[in-house]
Amino acid sequence: MTFSLRQSLAMMALAFACVASATTVDAKTFRWANSGDVSSMDPYARQETFLLTFTANIYEGLTRRDKDLKLEPALAVKWGQTDPTHWYFDLRPNVKFSDGTPFTADDVVFSINRANGPGSNLNGNFSTMKSIKKVNDLRVEVETIVPDPLLADKWSSIGIMSKAWCEKNNAVHAADMIKNEENYATRNAMGTGPFVLKERRAGEKTVLVANPNWWDKPVHNLTEVIFTPVPNAATRVAALKAGDIDMTYEVPPADTENLKRDPNIKVLEGPETRVVYLGFDEERDELVESNIKGKNPFKDKRVREAMYRSIDIEAIKRTVMRGQSFPTALMVARGINGYTADLDKRPSLLKPEEAKKMLADAGYPDGFEVGMDCPNDRYVNDEKICQAVVSMLAKIGVKVNLRAQTRNLFFAKILRSTSDGKPNKTSFFMLGWSPATTYDVHNVFEQLLQTPDIKRKKGLYNVGGYSNPKFDELADKIEVETDKAKRDAMIHEATKIYLDDYAYIPLHQQALVWAMRKNVDLVQPADNTFPLRFVNVK
Amino acid sequence: MLAFILRRLMQSVAVLLAVGLVSFSLFRYVGDPINAMVGQDTPAVEREALRVKLGLNDPAPIQFVRFIANAAHGQFGLSYRTAEPVSRMILERLPATLELSFCAALFALLVGIPMGVYTGLYPRHWTSRLLQAVSLIGVSLPTFLIGILLILFFSVILRWLPSFGRGETVTIGWWTTNFLRWKGLEALILPSITLGLFQLTLLMRLVRSEMLEVMRTDYIKFARARGLTNRAINFGHALKNTLVPVITVTGLQLGSLIAFAIVTETVFAWPGVGQLFIQSVQFSDIPVMAAYLMLIGLFFVIINLVVDLLYFVVDPRLRGQMGRRAGAH
Repeated sequence: MTFSLRQSLAMMALAFACVASATTVDAKTFRWANSGDVSSMDPYARQETFLLTFTANIYEGLTRRDKDLKLEPALAVKWGQTDPTHWYFDLRPNVKFSDGTPFTADDVVFSINRANGPGSNLNGNFSTMKSIKKVNDLRVEVETIVPDPLLADKWSSIGIMSKAWCEKNNAVHAADMIKNEENYATRNAMGTGPFVLKERRAGEKTVLVANPNWWDKPVHNLTEVIFTPVPNAATRVAALKAGDIDMTYEVPPADTENLKRDPNIKVLEGPETRVVYLGFDEERDELVESNIKGKNPFKDKRVREAMYRSIDIEAIKRTVMRGQSFPTALMVARGINGYTADLDKRPSLLKPEEAKKMLADAGYPDGFEVGMDCPNDRYVNDEKICQAVVSMLAKIGVKVNLRAQTRNLFFAKILRSTSDGKPNKTSFFMLGWSPATTYDVHNVFEQLLQTPDIKRKKGLYNVGGYSNPKFDELADKIEVETDKAKRDAMIHEATKIYLDDYAYIPLHQQALVWAMRKNVDLVQPADNTFPLRFVNVK
Repeated sequence: MLAFILRRLMQSVAVLLAVGLVSFSLFRYVGDPINAMVGQDTPAVEREALRVKLGLNDPAPIQFVRFIANAAHGQFGLSYRTAEPVSRMILERLPATLELSFCAALFALLVGIPMGVYTGLYPRHWTSRLLQAVSLIGVSLPTFLIGILLILFFSVILRWLPSFGRGETVTIGWWTTNFLRWKGLEALILPSITLGLFQLTLLMRLVRSEMLEVMRTDYIKFARARGLTNRAINFGHALKNTLVPVITVTGLQLGSLIAFAIVTETVFAWPGVGQLFIQSVQFSDIPVMAAYLMLIGLFFVIINLVVDLLYFVVDPRLRGQMGRRAGAH
């Protein structure tokens, strides 16, 4: 076979073009933005979703969450309880840190102690831990003070660092504000994860590159990731439309419709695990902000029920939330362990006459007046939701005086005291909660529904002081029950109790809205984390 | 001359102390930094211990003296938000802000003064009226709106310029510069226009009214009678005599360009000290906020000093009575 010179040249050109295009196809850069920067590269610097999810691309935990928030093996291949107060973790063999040193049990023991040590903000995850020790290179053992069935769940957010690297770089402790010493790990990072930190310019940009020696088979196809903080929401939207970024993590609700109309952009909306709800002061004998003196209307279950069943959550979804909410009847979201699907049904709406009659039966034929506290910069459309609630309750004769204010002042007014556990000054309030440390319903039971008790650290966020001894007893049992079937049955029972009591008025889960260019494929977990290991750029 | 500079420096120290006092006392009311530093689950005992160790429980005067003493050494401690040394955080972001402010000032001067001269010389010409009308936009539209409109037009619709960020930078020592890369220069265009537009309008209107004033004076008439060229009259005699107020305003405005770069930096995600300040406010990051305000105070003081010195260069009358009347304007 012979070719003319011209043919040969054409073929060479073609071959060259193929090579050239192959290399450009290979290099996949993913540029994304968020309103704020990651505050540190140290994975223990802050108990904050954004920092934890960002550093998790570099530092992996013993366990991790899959797309549906189910726990799966990461640096540990197997774990369990040998007896109620002892946990073991069998580590993954042949894992290397990105600097080439092997990963062993020493690193795990070191990291857990660092995360539980001075300067760390993750200490809350270790309240039940007594000690951790190395059994051999690939096994660690944890002893707990009380049985803790949720240890492996809690620890999925603790990234494992390299002992040798921390010691070499003087980063054995997380940053110490008191000694005024910066910690090397604040600006540098080195873990076992799917990505490696290439460049960190705090406040400007952070560049990650794929870890070629990662132990897991990558699902992503990225070679480089550039993260930039862009504080102004309108600029983020413009940058996405202009193609200067591929994805933005927070989309302002007002821009969602506009972005949906852009043919180059797709918008992902999913329910967030946080439940937004309304609560009552059910503790005091007389409300702080009400015209009813000498008694507390919210102590009467009929009053709570009449109010609950007068709030048209679908109307709020339609008008205030523009469809971007997922109404719920429970205090936990789907995807959280202990979510009881069969109980997630809101009771029917009452007609105003029916609700008024219920209030009359409770001794308030003319209704009553009450103050309400609401944030105006914490949850999506928080103040507008409260305004809608005010007008819905006005129809049944409950006059609500709304005070909507900025989050710092709002929290300072409603949260219980952290030193003596006394209730604060609210009578009726809005709040949101997500069991983001354990992904388990017990966290909600313990923090929001058990009778407040500062010594036992129960009910710290039970702002209104809901109390039912039967519920308390069940919640305590659930905490230490390790048999899943028994535990689930108790959860079901406890859920029924607080629902029948109308302890709170659950409203909805707000929608998480992310926007990206059409050529980007990613997973949006309901806990608002953003794992880069699921991202694909076409 | 030396006495004048010395007196100026003394005044500057007093001004800086006052700025320190104001910023220090302001920050006592921005909220509890401990809440921003520790996790939700941190027990009250640990919070209290941290408060004691950071000296937040000491009487305010002691805290203030400590603050000033450290500030004099350039020590502002660690940021409550990022646990990085504040002085380095500021130094790293300073080049971005200074380059942006410099370009904005250059834009305002190079465009604003010629426009002012033109509209001053031909006040009734239709182009002058048009420029006057258009320049109203510069003073009446808020900066963030101008920025967003520019992004919309030049980045989203035309795709000529980047919508945010510094583009490519080159690092020389601790300084990072935009000037040595085409992509860095490109990234400077929109933010500089946004930041400089207000100053441009201001300069143009100032130069115009000064020119109108000067052109009516006798010595211009005499100059014309002597048969000097228009060029020599307009620029050599008229413009030069308008310059004293122009220099004052430019100098003071350069300070505000740096200080008010906050809004422009936020809109364009420009990684300068202004953006750092905004991020710090949200976290009650007192050390960073204090350092920033002190720095801006220092800039104003330095710029004022330079402006005073420039008067000597421009205005020969001052040279004769130097020191005696200086600073009395």
